[in-house]
Amino acid sequence: MTLSLPLDEAPRERPYTVLEAVEAARRVVEHALPPLWVEGEISNFKTYPSGHWYFSLKDPSAQLRCVMWRSDARRVPATPEDGLKVFARGELSVDPKRGQLQLVVRELLATTEGGFFAIALARARAALEKDGLLDPARKRRLPAFPQVIGVVTSPEGAVWHDIVAVVARRWPHVELVLIGARVQGEGAPDDLCRALALAARLERLDVLIVGRGGGSKEDLWAFNDERVARAVAASRAPTIAAVGHETDVTLTDLVADVRAPTPSAAAEAAVPDREEVLLRLQAAAGGLSSGVARRLALADERLAHATTRLSGAVDRRVASAGERLKRCATRMGSSCAARLTACEAAVARFAASLDALSPLKVLERGYAVARDEAGAVLRRTADFPPGRAFRLRVADGEVPARSERGS
Amino acid sequence: MAEEQGKPSLEQDLSRLDAIVRSLEAEDLDLDRALALFEEGIERLRTARERLTEAGVRLKALREAADGGLRLDDLDR
Repeated sequence: MTLSLPLDEAPRERPYTVLEAVEAARRVVEHALPPLWVEGEISNFKTYPSGHWYFSLKDPSAQLRCVMWRSDARRVPATPEDGLKVFARGELSVDPKRGQLQLVVRELLATTEGGFFAIALARARAALEKDGLLDPARKRRLPAFPQVIGVVTSPEGAVWHDIVAVVARRWPHVELVLIGARVQGEGAPDDLCRALALAARLERLDVLIVGRGGGSKEDLWAFNDERVARAVAASRAPTIAAVGHETDVTLTDLVADVRAPTPSAAAEAAVPDREEVLLRLQAAAGGLSSGVARRLALADERLAHATTRLSGAVDRRVASAGERLKRCATRMGSSCAARLTACEAAVARFAASLDALSPLKVLERGYAVARDEAGAVLRRTADFPPGRAFRLRVADGEVPARSERGS
Repeated sequence: MAEEQGKPSLEQDLSRLDAIVRSLEAEDLDLDRALALFEEGIERLRTARERLTEAGVRLKALREAADGGLRLDDLDR
């Protein structure tokens, strides 16, 4: 049995395919409104392996499906979470697969102060803190006299030139090694990580400077990247961070051993001042000569003192020897005098006896001695022929005499 | 650290010089010892000053070579 079906059930017009219908709606929706900002709370957030983000924006009475393509999503500094209040800017459209109204989000801002930057920073900071990388006790001292200094920065920027100028002036006794990296824009964190890994392979490195010049907060953002901060914290060589201006503080600044307000200040922190070292050497030279001079003066003084004491001792010895000598002399003198007196007495006695034996004494007693003219003593009568002249010696002188004739 | 073998670094020279000056200031030092320290100090001064006459800063660029090794190229100022 065949059932006959009424034919007037067929549409009077050619039907749309589903896709055509949805596409028609999409065209209407897309052309009806310019891009718009929508404020709402994120829910059902999902990130896909493709990198696209899917979520809903909701408020108490409605919700709107959203998609954010990878190329847009990766410009957002932090991945959103459910419950986060956001401003989303995009175009309304219709998702053909689900036939659902959706907002294609091009730009996403968190409504909290600082937006996603603040969120990302807080998260990265918490992660670094959890691993102890922000502990001030981790900070190492820079070597006083480095020989090889690495600089991770843009080869095009002013940072490298500033550092070269300062080092060449202050301490031109080092090797400066540039490790070029992109320091801003998309891909900068990856490139900084690559450069830091390269620097880590240079074992001779004594200090590592990481930096860039001033710029907007977005320009400096790469230095807030958690991976960059971790790579800086992992550096074997002590690190100096110089990112932006003094008022800019990035996570890289926080993990580095030393934070310098500017690249020039980083260079100044990295090397000693030649003039100061020369002054120190001069002071050491002064200290050496004054020290040894003082030591010599001291020796001299001791010597003088010893000499004084020695000569004092000698003087005392000489004086006492002199006194002894004098005493000896005195004693010797008196004993000599006594001997002399005795001698004199003996001589007197001797002289007295000699005196008694003197012929003069005999003559004193009345005797006389006759001598001829020649002085010969005339002893016998025969010595006196008549008329002979002779001399008669008596006690007090001589008398001329002549013997008598004719007797 | 890039330190030449056997040759004391500037840092070592400077801290030794400080120590020598301090010792010389101590009065109980034996005179022969003081003179030996003085001589050593003069020698350390000489080597330290020599280091400060070394030629200007050397500039290099570190890159990764094609074979994955490190390449250090000279840079001009």
